[in-house]
Amino acid sequence: MADLLNSPAAWGLALVQGLLFLLAAPLLTAWVRRVKARLQNRRGAPLLQPYRDLYKLFAKEAMVARTTSGLFLAAPYIVFGSTLLAGAVVPLLAVNLPTAAIADVIVLAGFFALGRFFLTLAGMDAGTAFGGMGASREMLVSALAEPALLMAVFTLAMTAHSTNLSSVVAYQLDAGLVLRPSYLFALLGLVLVAIAETGRIPVDNPATHLELTMIHEAMILEYSGRHLALMEGAAQLKLMIYGVLISNIFFPWGIATEFTPAALLLGLVAITAKLALLGVLLAVAETVLAKMRLFRAPEFLNMALLFSVLGLLSHVILEVGA
Amino acid sequence: MSITQLSLLEQAVFVLAALVLFTSFALLGQARLLSTIHLFAWQGLALALVSSLVATATNEPHLYLSALLTLSLKALLIPWMLHRLVRRLELERHAEPLRHPVMVMLAGTALVIFSYWIVLPIERLELAATRNIIAISLAVILIGLLIMVMRRQAVIKVIGFMSMENGLFLAAVAATHGMPLVVELGVAFDVLIAAVLFGVFFFHISESIESLDVDRLNRLRARDKS
Amino acid sequence: MNSPIVLALTHLSLVLLLVAALWAVIGPQARGRHIFFGVLLLASLSALVAGLGALLGHTASAEYPALGLPWLHWHLTLDPLAGFFLALIGLISTAVSLYGPDYLLEHRHDRTALGHLGFFTALFVLGMELVVLAGDAFAFMVAWELMSLASYFLVVFRHEQAANRRAAFLYLLMAQIGGLFILLGFGVLASFGGGFAFDAMREAVLSPLWASVAFGLAFVGFGMKAGLVPLHAWLPEAHPVAPSHVSALMSGVMLKVAVYGFIRFVFDLIGDLQWQWGVVVLAVGSVSALMGVLYALMQHDLKRLLAYHSVENIGIIFIGLGLGIIFLASGQPLPGVLGLVAALYHCLNHALFKSLLFLGAGAILHTSHERDLERMGGLLRRMPWTGLFFLVGCLSISALPPFNGFVSEWLTFQTALQAWSLEGGVMRSLIPIAAAMLALTGALAAACFVKVYGVAFLWQARSRPVRRARPTPLGMRLGQGLLALLCLLAGVFPTGLLQLLDAVPQQLFGQGLTEATAHGWLWLTPLSARTASYAAPIVVIALAAVWLLGVWWLRRLAVNRIRVYDPWDCGFASSIPRPSMQYTATAFTQPIRRIFGVLFHLDERVERGEEIRYQLQVGDRAWGLFYQPVERIIRAAARRIGFLQSGQVRVYLGGALMTLLVLLWLIS
Repeated sequence: MADLLNSPAAWGLALVQGLLFLLAAPLLTAWVRRVKARLQNRRGAPLLQPYRDLYKLFAKEAMVARTTSGLFLAAPYIVFGSTLLAGAVVPLLAVNLPTAAIADVIVLAGFFALGRFFLTLAGMDAGTAFGGMGASREMLVSALAEPALLMAVFTLAMTAHSTNLSSVVAYQLDAGLVLRPSYLFALLGLVLVAIAETGRIPVDNPATHLELTMIHEAMILEYSGRHLALMEGAAQLKLMIYGVLISNIFFPWGIATEFTPAALLLGLVAITAKLALLGVLLAVAETVLAKMRLFRAPEFLNMALLFSVLGLLSHVILEVGA
Repeated sequence: MSITQLSLLEQAVFVLAALVLFTSFALLGQARLLSTIHLFAWQGLALALVSSLVATATNEPHLYLSALLTLSLKALLIPWMLHRLVRRLELERHAEPLRHPVMVMLAGTALVIFSYWIVLPIERLELAATRNIIAISLAVILIGLLIMVMRRQAVIKVIGFMSMENGLFLAAVAATHGMPLVVELGVAFDVLIAAVLFGVFFFHISESIESLDVDRLNRLRARDKS
Repeated sequence: MNSPIVLALTHLSLVLLLVAALWAVIGPQARGRHIFFGVLLLASLSALVAGLGALLGHTASAEYPALGLPWLHWHLTLDPLAGFFLALIGLISTAVSLYGPDYLLEHRHDRTALGHLGFFTALFVLGMELVVLAGDAFAFMVAWELMSLASYFLVVFRHEQAANRRAAFLYLLMAQIGGLFILLGFGVLASFGGGFAFDAMREAVLSPLWASVAFGLAFVGFGMKAGLVPLHAWLPEAHPVAPSHVSALMSGVMLKVAVYGFIRFVFDLIGDLQWQWGVVVLAVGSVSALMGVLYALMQHDLKRLLAYHSVENIGIIFIGLGLGIIFLASGQPLPGVLGLVAALYHCLNHALFKSLLFLGAGAILHTSHERDLERMGGLLRRMPWTGLFFLVGCLSISALPPFNGFVSEWLTFQTALQAWSLEGGVMRSLIPIAAAMLALTGALAAACFVKVYGVAFLWQARSRPVRRARPTPLGMRLGQGLLALLCLLAGVFPTGLLQLLDAVPQQLFGQGLTEATAHGWLWLTPLSARTASYAAPIVVIALAAVWLLGVWWLRRLAVNRIRVYDPWDCGFASSIPRPSMQYTATAFTQPIRRIFGVLFHLDERVERGEEIRYQLQVGDRAWGLFYQPVERIIRAAARRIGFLQSGQVRVYLGGALMTLLVLLWLIS
């Protein structure tokens, strides 16, 4: 660990990876939207549309409700910063980067929780009914999603004997192809959690701006201009992080283990292909499924928790032996 | 013995065994009657796959036969019969949500851990791996019983009963590479007969109390007294 | 190493507390409270320094032949374990002494009230310090009772209201029952060890059965004081009714003293641990954590809510202790030590943020006389400093990085994730499930504090007194600011604290967490660098960098303009909406109430008359499930033996005669 931490090249690569996260996140969102549009027989917006939207939002003046406090202005930066930090920790192109040592997967969940805390407070700050509604629902969803998330992660950690994401991925690569029942369940659990946490159908609808059942959009209703851009950017990053987590933990093949240009290029191609495929799957799921009533959401998350628990149990019973 | 030491085929058996356990949980939590029947069919399919995989892994051809039997009987015939029954009783839209789903799921989880705890002391088997599958099948049996306890709908009770039989079958396939073919045929025949008999009973029950909610059978007692 | 300076500081602290107590009774009225709190501050500081000294290895011990019984002298022992808790007491009471003078401003003309409060506050702190310092069971019990009694008198401070008297009586009753259990526990140890001094008890060799009996007694006794479910019923009643700075001491420190007692008894005195105890502690801890936070979510009385959160956090501490026992008893010292250290760390953290939050609640109470969340709102703009500090407290207690609550919960998770190293498959599957309950607890705590902060501090005031709230005076701000700063520091520099804390497991088991701080102050690696690492300072730097870069970049783009306007609210609000249209605390938690409804005793009523009225009462299930049956049994038993109470003197005398005869027969 020590030699890696002192290597400037490795830090530089980590920085590049972080920037890549930042730049690629809107693209993934655009990709999902595009595929979804095609599935629904629409042409859909071009892949660069989110970048244009963000640029436009940054150039506009910000409107701030007079009923808000200073927290409202600070929240977008904290939400965006914590999400970006979470992204920096996840292995995107290569394992063994020094940033992976900053935080393990539990801290990653902590970053998300920090962002969510300020997001919900900002939603409540204006004092409007929608804001409170959104905040209340977001906390409900996250409260039920968090144990499922950590339980799924624990299953992986018990197998790899580590909560460090980079170590988990490296362990997977070393072990080669092993069919583990626990990984199957952990994968299913994590997918369900990701859907709930990133506000996709059937838990929340990312395409809505006025719906009584909206969650995420209800909290950022009062935001405009650059603040809204930061909030949107954070949401896109979060989708990207979950996508990378799922694809690199369960299907790590292709990720670079050494820092040569060829390996890194392969890593880039691999992760692009994995994310593109995942995006298609998400778009298909969003097209076939209908959004649930709010009070069905707990059932959905209970399902995720059940998957995670079964993953853990099948790990203990079937995989370790005694 | 760790899973990494096994062949891919055996690992696949483990994955399927875990899936069987999952279908048991799904049966426990599923509210809709028709979906429950479909889930039961999936469980049968997973069992058939386990059976054929074990047959390939151990070179025991008679297991292919039992796989075929399982597939035709538990994945196709019985679900089809139940399906037809439900349609004739006009119960397609019937749904019975669990009262406290979280509590019931917790109970199911506890049953899994309990069966593991029960099986742990068994050390005389040649493979520790098989012992672990026995734990899973015991859990499937216990959850089947739990389904029969928790659900009021008679058809679901029968499905619970059949999934108990599935658990037994899983144990037999995994631990001793299947029962003698004669026994297996006998059991399969019994299950089939049971399914038919249950079907006949349902008609009578639903005719006499106009529902398949077994709790309502209590009223018969009250009527007797009066 | 016996250090005379540390011993002198300890004595100084104790004597200063006595002086403060005397001053509160006889001192002059004018400016009296400033001098009282000044003396308390000095006493707290010297306790803090002495405790830190002990943690750094300068331990002390003494024996007092003049005190105690002729054959049972009082012992004072200041080892690292005691030192940690002494420092903790000193730290929180330092903040409280800064906070106190301004908080008691409204009582400045009430000589009796100030005397009452001052006298018992000083005795209360004295009692807690003595419990921690006690080197034998006798001194321990006396100090324990001093602590309980003094806090009882603080709880009945506002005895005009019947509800407060009831709460205080309940508190006293349960404190006494708990004390009885502890006494019996010590009795078991003393009878095997042949003496009441802790050194003698440590030597005792107990049979596994008797060890379990002693453990059970101690667990019930200390658990009752610490507020573990289902023995917590007194806590949400008693803590809120005391004055806020005393609530801070009770919730922040007194519960930790109970944890200290448990650690001392189980990890130090009893000898060999048994893993079954760990399972019990883990299970009770998990249930306490979850039930505590769920009940806290349902409260809208701010102080009561905080009190329920104490139940939750004590649960988290006991999860750490339970894991520690399991691992230590299974021959895995490293994770075991980690569990203990995580629990100690959480003790410190909970003391910091819970006191901070209680002081914040006190600040609100001080300026608006309001404890009900539903009548607050918009306080951030009226009391910005308190708002900021309270936010720090909320972030810490919700276990969010980079604050302190997160570090200790993270360490607890890391301990739980070592479950793979255990032998038994059942343990391997149960421990992660407990960890998942901890995760649920953390997420629900975050939900609860979003509710508290959003409803109390953001947007518009819902009642007139809150609308007229004023910024808090300097002294109160100092007390809160100190704690808020420490919350941040304890979160950002965990390695330094762990190095300090390492002295405790070194003393108890001769094993520390050497690997935890092996990679420098930046990297916290509890077991090994490969297993997990966390670099809190980098997190802070990165967050600050994102902020600064963002601001700089936006300035470059020259789009710094902000237009202030009415809220948009999807076009529903034509003008600024009225305060009564805001989401309330009850509304915020409605979805959670609906999901976990089984666990509460809900009484929901909607009256539809001229105007629609909604009433909601959330009761504690523990009353119906645990206390009422116990009460019924006691009543029935009392009725059974009631026949003895005939009212005739001759019968009583006969009873006395019989007793005498039996005793004589026993002695002979």
